Amino acid sequence: MPQEQPSSGTQSATPRLKLSGITKIYPSVVANDNIDLTVMPGEIHAVLGENGAGKSTLMKMIYGVVKPDAGEMMWQGQKVTIANPAHARELGIGMVFQHFSLFETLTVVDNVALSLPGKQDLRALSERIRQVSDKYGLPVDPRRIVHSLSVGERQRVEIIRCLLQTPKLLIMDEPTSVLTPQAVRKLFETLRQLASEGCSILYISHKLDEIQELCDTATVLRGGKVSGHCVPSKESPKSMARLMIGKDLPVCEHTQAKEGGEVLLKLAGLSHASDDPFGIDLQDLHLEVHSGEIVGIAGVSGNGQQELLYAVSGEECLSERFPVQICGTQAGRMSPGRRRRLGLCFVPEERLGRGAVPSMSLAENVILTAAKRRRLVRRSLIDFKAARAFAAECIERYSVKAGGVFAQARSLSGGNLQKFIVGREIMQDPKMLVVAQPTWGVDVGAAAFIRQSIIDLRNRGCAVLVISEELDELFEMCDRIAVIAKGRLSPTKRAAETNVEEIGVWMSGIWPGVDATMDQARVQA
Amino acid sequence: MFKLEARPQASLAMRYASPAIAVVLMLIAGVVVFSALGRNPIEGFQVFFLNPMRDLNAVTELLLKATPLMLIAVGLAVGFRANVWNIGAEGQFLMGAVAATAVALAFQSSESALVLPTMVVAGAIGGALWAALPALLKTRFNANEILTSLMLVYIAQLAVSWLVFGPWRDPAGFNFPQTEMFSDAALLPMLIEGTRLNYAFILALGVLAAGYVFMERSYTGFKMRVAGESEAAARYAGYSAVTTIWIGLLAGGAAAGLAGMAEVAGPVGQLTDKISSGYGFAAIIVAFVGRLNPIGIFFASLLMALLYIGGEQAQQYLSLPASISKVFQGMLLFFLLGSDVFIQYRLRRSARQ
Repeated sequence: MPQEQPSSGTQSATPRLKLSGITKIYPSVVANDNIDLTVMPGEIHAVLGENGAGKSTLMKMIYGVVKPDAGEMMWQGQKVTIANPAHARELGIGMVFQHFSLFETLTVVDNVALSLPGKQDLRALSERIRQVSDKYGLPVDPRRIVHSLSVGERQRVEIIRCLLQTPKLLIMDEPTSVLTPQAVRKLFETLRQLASEGCSILYISHKLDEIQELCDTATVLRGGKVSGHCVPSKESPKSMARLMIGKDLPVCEHTQAKEGGEVLLKLAGLSHASDDPFGIDLQDLHLEVHSGEIVGIAGVSGNGQQELLYAVSGEECLSERFPVQICGTQAGRMSPGRRRRLGLCFVPEERLGRGAVPSMSLAENVILTAAKRRRLVRRSLIDFKAARAFAAECIERYSVKAGGVFAQARSLSGGNLQKFIVGREIMQDPKMLVVAQPTWGVDVGAAAFIRQSIIDLRNRGCAVLVISEELDELFEMCDRIAVIAKGRLSPTKRAAETNVEEIGVWMSGIWPGVDATMDQARVQA
Repeated sequence: MFKLEARPQASLAMRYASPAIAVVLMLIAGVVVFSALGRNPIEGFQVFFLNPMRDLNAVTELLLKATPLMLIAVGLAVGFRANVWNIGAEGQFLMGAVAATAVALAFQSSESALVLPTMVVAGAIGGALWAALPALLKTRFNANEILTSLMLVYIAQLAVSWLVFGPWRDPAGFNFPQTEMFSDAALLPMLIEGTRLNYAFILALGVLAAGYVFMERSYTGFKMRVAGESEAAARYAGYSAVTTIWIGLLAGGAAAGLAGMAEVAGPVGQLTDKISSGYGFAAIIVAFVGRLNPIGIFFASLLMALLYIGGEQAQQYLSLPASISKVFQGMLLFFLLGSDVFIQYRLRRSARQ
């Protein structure tokens, strides 16, 4: 375990890590421009910034995944060039990535053994894993196969894997995006314990409240440059947001929902077994979405959101008609095209490659879903003029930054492409809109715009279903909220009558009326 | 060390210039090949590339040769754009020829003007049916169409051999593996008197035009392009993957069958066991050199026909082996694929590890 003491003595004047003038240039973008960063022993240091601000690139350079084009790195007072991640681990740098790198078909101990140098005695290693997991409050059974673990448990495996190498610096890349609020608190306890033992932690996030709660100091990045340093406990979320995005956080205008609208989407006992061996089976889902309201579905990712969306959109056909009812029609066996004709529009989670064809122009990408509803096809030939006009209108009304209607979808930034796709779907005047992760990976300004567009649509009488992993977002937009956990759906609750705390508990699979088998499943987990 | 690095933006101009660059590189490599074989490269160049274009007769021969190539290639392009990899056009070509021959032999004594149109339809259906087998195997059993369509080529070749050595052999043909010569009613009329260029060339131009409208303008063609570019997007839009596979294979099969018909009812006038000169495979190269675009395919098929005829000329005048055509075809595809890499990537010196 880390030997050094927290930053109290005079020796700790030597920083654990000091970066000066780090620059990384990619063919199309300067990802990092002259970055300075100093991390002291035992310090929890936040790296704060929006998506695309250059946080991940910077961390990858510290971990030796990519090499800086310029600048200097000092490790405990010595100048170093980190050749690769193995070298970084040797120095004592550990990293927990946002996307886990575990083999699903192997056990926990196998996965850990693979990341350690040399041949391992699995029995002794299991023992060490148990010790570390006890010490830091990271319960996980070394013998379990990874695919049976929840996302939170997988993250624990990743953290334990790092801790076994007794790191002096631990990098955590957006670690809370896959956790329930309760699990976040647990993680913070572990991180504080580590820091008190002298391990430095670099904590990457765009969530201001978390950084305020956890971190000692923060470096804020904007557009690849350092836009400021601060002590989070002395700042307000507002002032940090200003450092991060250069202006105040925009807020949405949200009025009371109209009551008693017609039911436009109804799930009547939707059950569906997933084809994917690692997928989630949907079990008896019930839900009603009325016109003029936004219903949100919260949940930790990988609890059946994908499967639910496939079943609602029609990308996965059901064997029966009644479980999915769109605008009063039993649509369970309809193709996505026929559901669209009933008035259902859908914004998928992956924009590039699903919501839009990367190599096609924006004018062609509108044809993808709007061919019928906007009459872009005449006598089975495409009316390209109408398609161009529709794309141009979409770009204009949703202020999409793009090089015109002929720009390839892949040339747009994530936020702009999302605005385009949301615009394309909303401009088809849907009766029912389903949106997955509306602002995932989108910068703050665009996110507020997208949320407002969806709220405006609901004010015009559309029924909206939003599935998101960001609780704050759901509370900002939704009239009612339900939770999906392990393929089951909770009852809905009015957003005004619940809170993050309660929804957080539900996210772990416990809600009033949940049956006994569920409880058992939870105890086992 | 060098490494390939993705370009931020692929150049559209280079996408269309790349086939031209490949042709130039092929010519340069050709000079090396001729020299290595101890021939004068200038003379070789003249025989190989200029002789096939020296007069009207030579040009009509070139167009005649290009006809089956453009027919097959445009049909294949429909599938290739949708990631339906029909490699068995050679077999579909043969089965189109067999179906057309069956009609011709059945109406050997007829003078009816309907014989020829019937043969055209039979050829297309014969090719399409042969392509339907991989489509069925793919949609029902998820069998890879590359393998099944390719294996069906060999079955088709053996079937043709069996027919011309067996039941369909011309009794007055001195035991040669070939059918009787077709009657005049079963032969395509000439386009230019005194040459061998027939109306199949007009048919091929018509198919090219139809292919252009289908691929560039029609909604079905758009759906197939989406399916080729991104499977998840096609699923999201609600386009049927099964329909895409069927259209992709049937279009290729029907076009190849037409080419087979044009060959037996055109310059050859009968079915023989050597009816195809590998057109079905050469057309794959034509489709890619032509950028899967009907206009590009028109020019690419002329180029490929030039290589075929140039190879024959080189055999005749330079006493080079027949495989010289294949060498040039191979070089052309190699250089094309090589230049295409640099549309998406560029070469960079990487720092030593």
